[in-house]
Amino acid sequence: MRAVIAEDSVLLRVGLVKVLEMGGFQVVAEVGDAEALLAAVEEHQPELALVDVRMPPTFTDEGVRAAAVIRRGRPRTAVVLLSQYVEERYAADLLATNTSGVGYLLKQRVADVQDFAAAVRRVAEGGTALDPQVVAQLLLRRGDPLAALTPREREVLALMAEGRSNAGIAEALTVSESAVAKHINNIFAKLDLPVADADHRRVLAVLRFLGASRG
Amino acid sequence: MTIPPRLGRLARRARRDTGFLATGVPVHLALVPVWSWAAATTARTGNWALTLPVSVALVLSGVPVLTVVQRYRHRALLGVDIRRSAPVPRRWSPTTALRWLSSPRAWRQVGYHLLLGPLVALSELSVLVAAAVGLAGATGYGWVWALPAGVRRDWFGWATLMPCYTVLGLSLLSLLPWLAGVVARAESRSAAALLGPSRADRLQERVAYLAGSRTDLIEAVDAERRRIERDLHDGTQQRLISLAVNLGLAMATRPDLPGEAREALAEAHLEAKAAIAELGDLVRGLHPAVLEDRGLDAALSGLAARVPLPVRLRVELPERAAPAVESVAYFVISEALANVTKHAGASRVEVTVRRVGTVLRVNVTDDGLGGADPSGGTGLSGLAKRVGSVDGVFRLSSPVGGPTTVTVELPCAR
Repeated sequence: MRAVIAEDSVLLRVGLVKVLEMGGFQVVAEVGDAEALLAAVEEHQPELALVDVRMPPTFTDEGVRAAAVIRRGRPRTAVVLLSQYVEERYAADLLATNTSGVGYLLKQRVADVQDFAAAVRRVAEGGTALDPQVVAQLLLRRGDPLAALTPREREVLALMAEGRSNAGIAEALTVSESAVAKHINNIFAKLDLPVADADHRRVLAVLRFLGASRG
Repeated sequence: MTIPPRLGRLARRARRDTGFLATGVPVHLALVPVWSWAAATTARTGNWALTLPVSVALVLSGVPVLTVVQRYRHRALLGVDIRRSAPVPRRWSPTTALRWLSSPRAWRQVGYHLLLGPLVALSELSVLVAAAVGLAGATGYGWVWALPAGVRRDWFGWATLMPCYTVLGLSLLSLLPWLAGVVARAESRSAAALLGPSRADRLQERVAYLAGSRTDLIEAVDAERRRIERDLHDGTQQRLISLAVNLGLAMATRPDLPGEAREALAEAHLEAKAAIAELGDLVRGLHPAVLEDRGLDAALSGLAARVPLPVRLRVELPERAAPAVESVAYFVISEALANVTKHAGASRVEVTVRRVGTVLRVNVTDDGLGGADPSGGTGLSGLAKRVGSVDGVFRLSSPVGGPTTVTVELPCAR
């Protein structure tokens, strides 16, 4: 798979290239701002764009806006946003365009090389990867309806919102996949969510419930 | 023969002061014809209805002109600057005239020119008369010798009188610099008091100036925090992340390393990640970029999600407040939550932010032990100061046994 990296810190760019190559990606372009990113995506039509949120000239949310442009114009290019801090508003902007093939992770997650590479792969294949900290913020915003859930169910909901599959959730909580499926059914019943089979549809339902996506 | 410099200075000053006083007489007496005409005509005809409005109108229109003349006279002849008590309107219109008439400074000026002016003129005249008499006396011999010889012969006793006149004249002249100085100073002081800004005006000016400079200071501090945040974000934080990434890469690409080396790598990796998290919390506390970009509500989710206990967050803001207010509100909530985490022993926190009229009201309530003391150095006194810097109100209710509520009200102009 081919990837484009947009990151204004040259130092970090070197590390990102190495990590992506370890994950089996071929980095076809490295750029330092949003404008160059859009041009590079246009030129190379990669499967993945790894994008820093704060870039020149204003250092606020360039990456988020560029990601929205890419997801609208080239749905086949998955986007993973990286940032020193994750903000639920930016997550909502990103997920508003499309919940599949998007990720939003803290930069420090790159240091856990294997996990990060796996998350990026998941997104490139059409999945979702949200940082636990984004999910925590989203859950906080929906404090009241979540009161009905047991602590274990809240954990499962959070992992689901991150974009993990049932197998991934089972692994994280060291329980069986059937136990996870049971928890998920309970959660959907308690929160009055439409029942869905596919992993992705379930993530979508959860994110929509958390107010992170309107799409 | 050279004149000693001190004497020269004294003479120059006396000349200056006397000149100043001499020019004052006509200006100070300018309104006398008006009211004496009014008094005389009224006495003659008994017709108040005509003389009163005419004289009042003349006085009121003359006063601003006289004030300008007095300012100019003080500046040109004494080098004394009588400050204006208020900025001059660019164009006179009925509204500005009415505003001027209803202001206390107009009546201070009328009082000065109408009542004090003649008195000042009298004292000025007496100094001038003393100067003339002194001059005449001191030069008495000259006058006598200018007379025809016959007159001197028939004037019995002039030879005795003349030295007395001369001595009297010289002593008057020697007193003149002091006398003229005293009167000129008294005049310029009374003019400054009545034509210049009053104490209230000066205080008002000072308050306006201080409020402005305080606002500038707060903005400067905020800008500085933003700059530090940017520098750390673009520098140190990226470096640390890069370090952690490289350590992670080393661990992933070299599984063949001996156990001890692997352990050391893993240790360093963990340390680097902990440092990133710690620095990240500190830097975000300085000034989160999202606060500028998306406002208070958006910035608070990141803050609340970091608190290690359940937080209920309710923000009801119809529109964004001024950046300074947002920044103080963010700081208050950030500090209050840090306090709850550290000291309160609470199991839950509730944060509400509401706009009530022209006030932004922030409430942070926890169900902890209570007994928080703002003087106890728990950052609460710093909070109160920061709130005070934007004229806000800080209240703390923390009975022993809880709950503790921090209430902050920040004025935001509509």
